[in-house]
Amino acid sequence: MAFDISVLQKDLSEKVGAKLEFTRAFGDDVVSFPKEKLLPMMTHLKERHGFQFMLDICGVDYPNRAKRFDFVYHLYAPSSKGRLRLKTQVGETETIESLTPVYRGANWFEREAFDMFGIRFAGHPNLRKILTHDDFVGHPLRKDYPADRQQHTDRVQPIWFEPSQGSDSHPDKSLVPINIGPSHPATHGTLRIMGELDGEIVKRLNVEIGYLHRCFEKMAETHFYNQIIPYTDRLNYCSAPMNNVGFCKTVERMMGVDIPPKAKAMRIVLSELSRVIDHLVCIGTNCVDLGALTIFWYIFEQRERVYTMFEKLCGARLTVALTRVGGMAYDNPSGWEQECLETVKGIRKCIDELDQLLTENKIFIKRTLGVGKISAEDAIDFGFTGPCLRASGVNLDLRKAQPYYGYDQLDFDVPIGTNGDLYDRYLVRMEEMRQSLKIIEQVCKNMPAGDYTIRDKNIVLPEKKDVWGNIEGLMNHFMLVIKGIRPPVGEIYDSTEAANGELGFYLVSDGGPRPYRLKVRPPCFAIYQAFPYMMQGQYVADVIATLGSLNIVAGELDR
Amino acid sequence: MSQQTASPVEIQMNGPDIQQMLDTSVLTTRADKFIAWGRKNSLWPLPFGTACCGIEFMSVVGPRYDVARFGAEVVRFSPRQSDFLLVAGTITEKMGPILKLIYEQMLEPKWVLAMGACASSGGFYRAYHVMQGADKIIPVDVYVPGCPPTPEAVIDGIMKIQELIASGRRRPVQR
Repeated sequence: MAFDISVLQKDLSEKVGAKLEFTRAFGDDVVSFPKEKLLPMMTHLKERHGFQFMLDICGVDYPNRAKRFDFVYHLYAPSSKGRLRLKTQVGETETIESLTPVYRGANWFEREAFDMFGIRFAGHPNLRKILTHDDFVGHPLRKDYPADRQQHTDRVQPIWFEPSQGSDSHPDKSLVPINIGPSHPATHGTLRIMGELDGEIVKRLNVEIGYLHRCFEKMAETHFYNQIIPYTDRLNYCSAPMNNVGFCKTVERMMGVDIPPKAKAMRIVLSELSRVIDHLVCIGTNCVDLGALTIFWYIFEQRERVYTMFEKLCGARLTVALTRVGGMAYDNPSGWEQECLETVKGIRKCIDELDQLLTENKIFIKRTLGVGKISAEDAIDFGFTGPCLRASGVNLDLRKAQPYYGYDQLDFDVPIGTNGDLYDRYLVRMEEMRQSLKIIEQVCKNMPAGDYTIRDKNIVLPEKKDVWGNIEGLMNHFMLVIKGIRPPVGEIYDSTEAANGELGFYLVSDGGPRPYRLKVRPPCFAIYQAFPYMMQGQYVADVIATLGSLNIVAGELDR
Repeated sequence: MSQQTASPVEIQMNGPDIQQMLDTSVLTTRADKFIAWGRKNSLWPLPFGTACCGIEFMSVVGPRYDVARFGAEVVRFSPRQSDFLLVAGTITEKMGPILKLIYEQMLEPKWVLAMGACASSGGFYRAYHVMQGADKIIPVDVYVPGCPPTPEAVIDGIMKIQELIASGRRRPVQR
């Protein structure tokens, strides 16, 4: 059943019985609603129209308006492939109903909005700061907060638990409190896990995040569009090119730019290479947690080979910033595709070796089978996307569901798990890597000829020979550097299938050279908030194993 | 043993071949130099990897760059066991007190390497939640530029630390 906005418009206006305003912005369907109608409308959308996924919640600040904040929800219906953006206005002193009774995944997103904007939610189970530290005064994403005003703290929060986990937020005196991280080998980053153990069993578990909150969204508001691309690199730094692609795709769609076939093909190759090395490092570090260090040495050699491929394109290894709005930053050196095919062969051999080492390994199976389970319903409710969702048996991959860059013309499969446990997540990742290699081979063998970027002088810098060689090139270069790219006024949400799931960018433009607001929809954020729920009553050793298999990347989680 | 037998040391000191022994099997040095030589070749790093630089540090430890060649592959996350703090990645204000605590928990003598632009100066995050360099709260011996630095640069930084240990110099800026 294809998504039909007119049916929804009729039904929703009847059922909700309030003034709803339906508009379209750059191909997205937008509904503006009065904030009192939030819960009945969301419930109706979820139950009657299949909008099972609550993808993102964010605020936008308009300091000069009577009702200061826009509050924006993004929903997705997998059955009809419909996407909906819902907007409402909230005044500075007003509260808005919490969405947590309808979607459990709303919890952290609302805490983030509270932290960043100071919007208050009625009925939220645990409305406290999430990203900034506890001595932080003010709400940094408000327009009147200066981007570079730092606030110092000397305190570390003691172990605490959510109110939903019991009346006492401190650890029980009769049980063993345990604190893992934020500097701990098993967390692979700056995650902090706080637990309460009865023997080896986890009674309560909570997580604290924000230790790598680098203010990506505020930085985006103070930089030109092309200057933001290096910042996107550092979101999910295990697979940096994918973030570049996601961001540029959003801006390009807003500007109505269709990039040349070669740029599309290159973006696919880079994305899939990144997916492979991201999954490799996920499996490798997960195995380190399980005590199998050898795997890590094997996979890292393959990562190095892919780094070499990136280096040949742009000179950087990890944080590549390879795309530009309008195409790629550079053309491929000759013979790059051939070398890429050789690299793919090497990686495939490595994956086969991994397969032999792990898939039927008794110890590995005992540590992973049935561990860290999450059912499909729960996963959807928390807003899972990507391999972790597919391991639970939900067939959702944006490369198939809403193909972009010609993914629909490529031959590949989407692996689906059944149990949603650690072993399934491993199997899904292994197969995804093989499918990605298949994609890379198909694209590299038929790399389109032609230009690697568009040549619109208002979007793309002229080539160096023109800048040095003629006055027109020099002028164009000067104007673009000074004035920057200026997308039209409006807003857009666009997403790509990144290594951890749906990576979305919600961009609000006021026609200026900098975004008015840029919100990232980080896949890890939704996944990680389910972690305390998943680990309730499990062994503490399984906590470590499960954390590794979720592939939480702090850069993306905290932004 | 009877009273008449001299101690082994005395025998050697009195023996005729003392010069030959000194030439073939004895090295003389100063105690502090000897200790420094040992220290510099068995650094036990604590990788305080917070962000992208942490991933590049994996490459430094990994098979291609292999930091074991410099005696610094025994990565320990316990501050009590390590003498070399490698700050790899952005330090946010929230992380600050933890970094400081970990530095204070490490036993003397200890050395600190700031890997990458963020750990050195905050990098391009001139932002409300990012500490503008790890040296705002802990002393730093060697700064490695780059975002992230290449593994070669990190190894160069480690060699600089080794030089510092061997020379016995204290860090340039004491805070």
